[in-house]
Amino acid sequence: MLEGLSDLKNKIGSSSAEDVVASYLERIEKSDINAFTCIAEDAIDQARKVDSLDIEGPLAGVPIAIKDNISTKGLSTTCSSAILDGYVPPYDAHVIERLRKAGAVIIGKSNMDEFGMGTSTETSTYGPTLNPWDAERVAGGSSGGSAAAVAAGQVPVSLGSDTGGSVRCPAAFCGTVGLKPTYGAVSRYGLVSYANSLEQIGPLANRVEDVAALMDVIGTYDNRDSTCVKHNAGYTDALQDDVEGLKIGVPAEYFGEGIDDNVQKLVWEAIGKFEDMGAEYTKVSMPNTPYALAAYYIIAMSEASSNLARFDGTRYGNRSEGENWHMMASKTRQEKFGAEVKRRILLGTYALSAGYHDKYYLKALKVRTLVKQDFERAFEDVDVLMAPTMPTPAFKIGEKMDDPLSLYLSDVNTVPINLAGVPSISVPCGFSEGLPVGLQVIGNYFDEATILKAAHSFEKNTNHHTKLAPGVV
Amino acid sequence: MITKEQVEHIGWLARVNIDEEDAFEFASELSTVLDYFGQLDEVETSGVKPTYHVADVMNVFREDKPTDSLEQAAILANAEDIQEGYIKTPKII
Repeated sequence: MLEGLSDLKNKIGSSSAEDVVASYLERIEKSDINAFTCIAEDAIDQARKVDSLDIEGPLAGVPIAIKDNISTKGLSTTCSSAILDGYVPPYDAHVIERLRKAGAVIIGKSNMDEFGMGTSTETSTYGPTLNPWDAERVAGGSSGGSAAAVAAGQVPVSLGSDTGGSVRCPAAFCGTVGLKPTYGAVSRYGLVSYANSLEQIGPLANRVEDVAALMDVIGTYDNRDSTCVKHNAGYTDALQDDVEGLKIGVPAEYFGEGIDDNVQKLVWEAIGKFEDMGAEYTKVSMPNTPYALAAYYIIAMSEASSNLARFDGTRYGNRSEGENWHMMASKTRQEKFGAEVKRRILLGTYALSAGYHDKYYLKALKVRTLVKQDFERAFEDVDVLMAPTMPTPAFKIGEKMDDPLSLYLSDVNTVPINLAGVPSISVPCGFSEGLPVGLQVIGNYFDEATILKAAHSFEKNTNHHTKLAPGVV
Repeated sequence: MITKEQVEHIGWLARVNIDEEDAFEFASELSTVLDYFGQLDEVETSGVKPTYHVADVMNVFREDKPTDSLEQAAILANAEDIQEGYIKTPKII
């Protein structure tokens, strides 16, 4: 299996951070899966600094890929959009400050759907990231580059962001672990906003313990994000191999129409494994789930139409010609935004406009309350919920690009979690025709400890996570 | 059903210029998605309060102490056209 953080620590100790980072850079260079939008020219210098200054942070010398919507001082941040071509942030996001302090080496920026708007990394202006398990298939999205880079052994760990499943989807499609933290657990300072009431930055890795280690570094309070909440961390401390008496809820609505038979079978086998390990499960009902997808998209698009107003060719990014400011902005946005971004801005603008606000936006916010209440009721009786992360394994590149709605429907099992704001982790639970399938373990607010413990125990008692994608050594 | 003219109007509100050809395509795509959104009409929501934010925090204060902010030059470095410390744009009115 691929090296984890503890292996790397030994390796860096016996050789050097420079050697380790150089070997990962070599793998990136040899690969053609298009996982990166840019490589940090100073990656080796960062590693040398760790070696020469004997930096002893918890991630000293560890190379990490950062989703291209997280601001990195001095390193291009484009959100995989032509409108931000050439933009170099003058400051670091909170999570980047924390990573640098912990000694991590920012090796490059990973590919994504433009502004996070997609489920396949196909809307990137740089083209799709290929799935390491099958180059004809998508890596998932929107954090496709972050997941594919980890699965292909190009980095041991990465950061993504999850607005409606954008960490968990590519984690499931690429056979890695990915965590969407509780809303408010990780500061969004420096994350380029798409739908700010829904999204969180989250870690991806080949092991649950490495995801926990990253959370210990990035999940600290920061007053520059007013929605960041002070909470008890100790993510690594939660990692025990013990699920005796754990109460699992299995929501019937997450196994409905459109969920592939093989996927359902593998998830049920995983739940059976938990039973063997001493946990117990009950079926639960979350009746508002069928409405979550529509509510999610209305809210996400409405917030996007407002958040993306800042890309107007004025303060950053490049600019098209126009006789006045309005024409310049309108032309710039016409020429530099991709089709999916425009679709969402238009729909969001429509949903917020006079006469439609109550029918769409306000209605969606009320449905959001009902979805949230489903979770609150479920967690009165159970410790975690388990379900398929994605309805199917990775689909073919191009398969869903002509039909936006069919692409939206693949988010059916991930978006309710963002509406409610609870944490959720996707872990590998087997293979369907050679393609990885993810088990989603959902927890109560700020109870990452329980889902990390469950996921870690599952990993210790199974071997799905040890399998390597073809050609990866 | 949303019309081509409506798409052009929303495009103007959102400051996204739209060519006639694209407006037809957007009108059809947007209509399909709006039809799907229409399913929310069947949810009974009378008496339900909207959830704007799940984090139960409001009015987060900090001490009124000045702190360092970014250098002006660092911020202006990303702008296409600057003059005497200002960002220059085509005329607005």
